[in-house]
Amino acid sequence: MVTLYLILVTIGWVNIYAAVYSEEHKSILDFGQNSGKQLIWILSSLLIALTLLLIDPKIFNTFAYVIYGVNLVLLILVIFVGREISGSKSWFGVGDVGIQPAEFAKLATSLALARYLSAIDVKIQNSSTKVYTFILIALPVLAILLENDTGSALVFTALIFMLYREGLSGNILILGLMMVVMFFATLMIDKLIVLGIITIVALIIIWFVRKNRKILWISIGLFFLTAGFIYSVDYAFSHLEEHQKTRIDVLLGKQVDLKKAGYNVNQSKIAIGSGGFAGKGFLNGTQTKYNFVPEQSTDFIFCTIGEEWGFVGSLTLLGLFMGLLIRIVTVAERQRSSFSRIYGYALASILFFHITVNIGMTIGLFPVIGIPLPFVSYGGSSLWAFTTMLFIFIKQDSSRLNLL
Amino acid sequence: MILKQSLSGRRFVIISIFLAIGIIYVTRLIYLQLIDDSFIISANRNVLRELTVYPPRGLIYDRNGKLLTYNEAIYDLMVIPKQVRDFDTIEFCKMLNLPKEEFKSMFSKAYNYSPYKASVFEKQYSKEEYSFIEEKLYKYPGFYFQSRTLRKYPYPMAAHTLGYIGEVDNSVLDSSHYYKPGDYIGISGIEKSYEEVLRGKNGCTIMMVDNLNRVKGSFRDGLFDTMPIPGQNLYSSLDADLQAYGELLMKNKRGSIVAIEPSTGEILSIVTSPSYDPNLLVGRVRTQNYVKLSEDADKPLFNRALMAKYPPGSTFKLVNALVGLQEGVLKTATAFSCERGFHVGKLNVECHPHPSPLDLMHAIAVSCNAYFCKAFRAMIDSRKFHSVREGYETWRKLVMSFGLGEHLNTDLTSELRGNIPSANFYDKYHGKNRWKSLSIISLAIGQGEIGITPLQLANLASVIANRGYYLTPHIVKAIGNKKNLNPKFLDKKKTLVDAAYFNIVADAMLMVVEAGTASSAKSDEYKICGKTGTAQNPHGKNHSIFIAFAPKDNPKIAISVVIENAGFGATWAVPIASLMIEKYISGKITRPDVEESMINAKIY
Repeated sequence: MVTLYLILVTIGWVNIYAAVYSEEHKSILDFGQNSGKQLIWILSSLLIALTLLLIDPKIFNTFAYVIYGVNLVLLILVIFVGREISGSKSWFGVGDVGIQPAEFAKLATSLALARYLSAIDVKIQNSSTKVYTFILIALPVLAILLENDTGSALVFTALIFMLYREGLSGNILILGLMMVVMFFATLMIDKLIVLGIITIVALIIIWFVRKNRKILWISIGLFFLTAGFIYSVDYAFSHLEEHQKTRIDVLLGKQVDLKKAGYNVNQSKIAIGSGGFAGKGFLNGTQTKYNFVPEQSTDFIFCTIGEEWGFVGSLTLLGLFMGLLIRIVTVAERQRSSFSRIYGYALASILFFHITVNIGMTIGLFPVIGIPLPFVSYGGSSLWAFTTMLFIFIKQDSSRLNLL
Repeated sequence: MILKQSLSGRRFVIISIFLAIGIIYVTRLIYLQLIDDSFIISANRNVLRELTVYPPRGLIYDRNGKLLTYNEAIYDLMVIPKQVRDFDTIEFCKMLNLPKEEFKSMFSKAYNYSPYKASVFEKQYSKEEYSFIEEKLYKYPGFYFQSRTLRKYPYPMAAHTLGYIGEVDNSVLDSSHYYKPGDYIGISGIEKSYEEVLRGKNGCTIMMVDNLNRVKGSFRDGLFDTMPIPGQNLYSSLDADLQAYGELLMKNKRGSIVAIEPSTGEILSIVTSPSYDPNLLVGRVRTQNYVKLSEDADKPLFNRALMAKYPPGSTFKLVNALVGLQEGVLKTATAFSCERGFHVGKLNVECHPHPSPLDLMHAIAVSCNAYFCKAFRAMIDSRKFHSVREGYETWRKLVMSFGLGEHLNTDLTSELRGNIPSANFYDKYHGKNRWKSLSIISLAIGQGEIGITPLQLANLASVIANRGYYLTPHIVKAIGNKKNLNPKFLDKKKTLVDAAYFNIVADAMLMVVEAGTASSAKSDEYKICGKTGTAQNPHGKNHSIFIAFAPKDNPKIAISVVIENAGFGATWAVPIASLMIEKYISGKITRPDVEESMINAKIY
């Protein structure tokens, strides 16, 4: 895991350099540029990692709620004193650099959830547990939504994987996926057509299950629920903010204004697509070097990799991420303490969401949601937060034999 | 334990979901990066810009290596609106001599074109203006000068022949891929007919630009760039001194002079008057001056030497004599009487007093109208032919072999064909075959429907000088270092009249100068052969015409002079032609009094 981490961070650094590279700023160590700054972030992250490996791992279990509480306070505080960057009021300004408490909220929430769910008397099958879990997740999400940082808020939905592992009914996972499908279906096709299809499906099911009263009622109830969901999606969508609406429209191909809303995704696809098999070569990416792709060192860093390193590069990166995810899940399963296991799954879920959404948007499979690619994207908060999350887990794992 | 076991199994579900996303993404990447090529094209379209590199246009020299046209640097004031900082607009406008409102509209025009890309703020400042403004320009970031070239003419002459250049119009843009809007192209004269030689070949630099269209560097270190090929220099056949002298002599007169070197067909000088200074149609003042010139009542833009057609008058008797000799209706000794003209029925063609009867040579020398009327009738009505029509058509064919009535296909633009009427024309006029030699008797003395351009007249002199052939007249002698002439200019065009007959006519032309109507052209140094003409003009006084070549043997120059509304050929055209010949052959003028009176004469 440490090796994977180091590789990913290095890939990030080199590609940030490529993304901001220009004739005027040739040095990768130019601290006025993102590449130079990222090096500082990386070095400090390594310092954090080292510290984490040295301290007693039990401290996180013990202080989980404290960390959660402090983070929640910061999340709320930032709404009032934060600096506004591209529409989101989620930054604490410290001189030149900004700190984003939302990045650390993922860590804090994961710790708190792990602590709560690992308690012996807590069973996720109980309704009260579900409510408490929901509250633990909902509080930071609400605060982040108030900061107008929808992307970071959405990350928490990924925790459903962890909850599923801990015993949440698979139906809910399926229901969740169904809802996503339904959501896009409603927006892509007219809601009445979707409704019609649902009705026909429901009628067929009802026909088959008409003998079994219980299932019959559940089916009818589900049908009305779905219908209600479709209407609320339609309603919610018409009340979304304009830029969010257009982003979704762009993804669905409803809007093809390549100069405005569709510009990012289109240029990003051009960058990745023009990379071909072997890429254009390091520092030779025209799309990224000449700023056709916006936000290339942060949210669209995958473009730089796709363009300059081609299919080989993007496949490698994707492979590294998949390897990391599977490794985390495998390692989580071998934990003796359920705290470590739950925490590991939370980590994997969050990383998975970030990777899926971030890469998905650059290749035009997801709407543009401004969340970074873990370990690779430029940004101190994100790197620090993910490093901390990962190394807490690594420390937990290394000391697993000492526990119990 | 059972529950725990089953929950532990759920990791495979989760891993499967992870891998499912992974596989979807890899599929998508395969499509984007390996299958769909359109993204590569889009990326190139984004980043590559082809910039044209213009080569210098070829220079034009005269036959002796004197520079006639060169390129002068001028300066366009460029602006990049985004780089402009606040500044004192009043001072700036004062410096550029611009009203403030105009400045504002020009600036917003540039801004609307592109805030980041350079555009021309004001075109074509001269070197003097440039150095004046450049000194102060450091105060105004965002503005800078870009140099271009303009045509310049050290001698203000031969404007029509050299021609001018201007921006390409839409018809050219539609038919040629070479030009882009705003490019320059030769519009008339040598600039037009030798456009492809003079312009060279544009080079192309492929540059990479960023998202705001700012140039970032060359693509692959210029691997795909092409160098511009400079335009080739031209050596015109013009003699700058002779041309200048011709234009001086033609000052305050309407008409033209065309001088050709008979042995090569090279045009030595081609004067049309009134003309204009070619420097007027260059640069910022061009449009303004063009309007002024085109509205001028004297029509300085009209190239008389190529586009005006005149009845050749008595000069045409030379052609009729040659045709008659060729067809056997005339012999040197053939004599006709003159009764102060030619009188048949109601038809009267007057003649001036002279001894009668005359033989052919004397008839040419004194330019007897009656002689040529009778000779013409003898030709057309000859028993050889079955009809008047056949006779006329034979006559016409022979006449046209002198390069008359059709394009000479020179390398000059806007050359007209003149007119030798066809038999059908007379059919239309008189009724089918209801005309006879008497109906068209004015052709005998070069009047009537016949029309010949001054260039064709000079070429006629050249034909006789060469005793029966001509080389297509042309204005460019050599391209670049090579004597790279179009082969069509090396081709001897033979007339349908035997060479032997030309000696008779040449002898007669010598007599014209030595003892006939053009005795004022007589020179002691060399033998001039010539023939005067007076073209009747329904609009006013007759045109004075003279064609000549000299020396009689191994002629160096063949010339035609037409002075409009000047009366007899002998009065004006003869002295001017003789001065031109003298200037060309001996390089000095022995009769300054004649020269002075010619220069000072004002005819119109």
